[in-house]
Amino acid sequence: MSNKVINKIADNTDSSLFEFAEYDASKAELTGYSNYSFWRSTIQVFFKNKVAVTLLIVVGFIILFTLAQPYLPNQKLPNKIYLDPATGMQLRNQAPNAEYWFGTNSIGQDLWARIWSGTRTSLFIGFAVGLFEAIVGITIGALWGYVRKLDALITEIYNVWDNIPTTVVLIILTYIMRPSVPTIIFAMCMTGWLGMARFVRNLIIIIRDREYNLASRCLGTPTSRIITKNLLPYLVSVIMLRMALAIPAAIGNEVFLSYIGMGLPLDIPSLGNLINEGRVLMMTPALRYQLLFPALVISLVTVSFYVIGNVFADSADPRNHV
Amino acid sequence: MKYYIKRLLRSFLTLIIVVTVVFLLMRLMPVEGYFGASFDKLDEVQKEIKLKNLGLLDPWYMQLKSFYVSLLHGDLGESITYRPKVAISSIIGSKFLISLRFGLASLVVSLVVGLSMGILMARSKGKFWDKIGTGYVVGANAVPAVIYYLLIQVFVTNWFDLPLLFEKDNPVSWILPVLCLSLVSTAYYAMWIRRYMVDELNKDYIRLARAKGLRNKTIMIKHVMRNAFVPMAQYLPASILYTISGSIYVESLFSIPGTGGLLVTAIQRQDNTLVQALVLVYSSIGIIGLLLGDIMMAAFDPRIKLGAEGGSR
Repeated sequence: MSNKVINKIADNTDSSLFEFAEYDASKAELTGYSNYSFWRSTIQVFFKNKVAVTLLIVVGFIILFTLAQPYLPNQKLPNKIYLDPATGMQLRNQAPNAEYWFGTNSIGQDLWARIWSGTRTSLFIGFAVGLFEAIVGITIGALWGYVRKLDALITEIYNVWDNIPTTVVLIILTYIMRPSVPTIIFAMCMTGWLGMARFVRNLIIIIRDREYNLASRCLGTPTSRIITKNLLPYLVSVIMLRMALAIPAAIGNEVFLSYIGMGLPLDIPSLGNLINEGRVLMMTPALRYQLLFPALVISLVTVSFYVIGNVFADSADPRNHV
Repeated sequence: MKYYIKRLLRSFLTLIIVVTVVFLLMRLMPVEGYFGASFDKLDEVQKEIKLKNLGLLDPWYMQLKSFYVSLLHGDLGESITYRPKVAISSIIGSKFLISLRFGLASLVVSLVVGLSMGILMARSKGKFWDKIGTGYVVGANAVPAVIYYLLIQVFVTNWFDLPLLFEKDNPVSWILPVLCLSLVSTAYYAMWIRRYMVDELNKDYIRLARAKGLRNKTIMIKHVMRNAFVPMAQYLPASILYTISGSIYVESLFSIPGTGGLLVTAIQRQDNTLVQALVLVYSSIGIIGLLLGDIMMAAFDPRIKLGAEGGSR
């Protein structure tokens, strides 16, 4: 211990420590540079999974095909009832043949055209629901998790809304509004955002008080910027997963609504009402194709989105990037 | 204890709000629903009289008040359109029992099959059985359930010569409905236990146990499985209680007289009292299940203390 009295702190400091360091560009380069890029690594990891890549190609092809199908040559119309040229009768329940590739249904409509038109409707519903769910769910979830004053209020709203059975909301909404594509999308969004919001909220609560956020807050960063720049990038992978899973879920919900008779009217073909039409005829072995074709398409679409979503979420997790 | 009482009171408040909201939503539906097919045959005066008899012309707060007053007397009311003039409790009582039996059977099946499948998958991680199992889980989760139910009903009944529909006195007719009911939850349990075991086996306490020279079997039974039971304890009460709500697909496909389609039918026929009773039951189940789950979890794992700080989710 030194017993020297320190009069001024400045006298006792090592002045060499307080000189400006020389700036050396090459040294800065050595420490600061990394060629790591989040999105590039994510895509690299994703493309290593062969199953996922195959399904991605399948989904891409299906989406392109449903969009292009009406403009291809020799296509039938989904709602036109085809008549037998010889007798003038409806071409009912024709088995798949060269003219009607997937056969015709019980009133003589072309199943091939109906299936692709239905896939278009169902995919549109799926994408729309996934997107709205993400927007509403993330906004509310971020506020819920980050702004402490809102926590109690939104938790109460959540508790009430979550305890009303989903079926009740779906059916009552489709009853009050007329069955149509926007109604179905609206009804599914009204019930779907809850899960997303709660999920985002829990994640945000976990990372909200980490040191880097504390530092950021001390520096006076506004809340909106903390949420968008510090928190949300962390959530990209899981949010993408939820969105990808919302698509098969929405298709499944549409099938459910059609099953209980609250789905879209038959002149708007969708995978749900095609399945439902097929179900009525399934006990006649010769007519089972009317159930099997839509079932095949719906399985392909939902499984693809499910797998792609899961693999993408895995590859967007930085722990898998090394 | 104080925490549980407080929480029970709050859940009770939530329950009242939920039932009130549904009550009001039902009043938003168009009036035609109360008459069914006879709507066009009745003239204005007759319609007026019927609505008046049902008490639907009173202002909504009077209706709400009379609903809660009779509820306090333990009276759920009478069905108005589903089975007119029959007490709600007798309609749902018998249906709940049937759904409960099917639900419990499938719960047992899916627990046994799902857990053993998940353990098998975790032990052969990345190999053949794991891939097969993952394929099954993906299929069961992604594809809308009704599709494989339909395929099962069409094809499996033929292959194994099983009855197509449920018959009350034929135990063989139970096989397919129970199988269908347990498909999704089997996938759920398998996936969950697989992920749990894979995560858990890399943890330090397992390594310590291994370093101590414990046998694999002992580690599994005494350490891993015991910890695995804690989240199960949280989840099980709710899922047991939820079985009484039945499955709309399975019950309508196999024509089982359970609760599955009851809510949907009740809403479609605008049987207000029946809908309110069902929502009341289902919401209470949700709340009670969650509470029971938390109590059981705290009982099994002494580290978990509820109520210390914001224990409610």
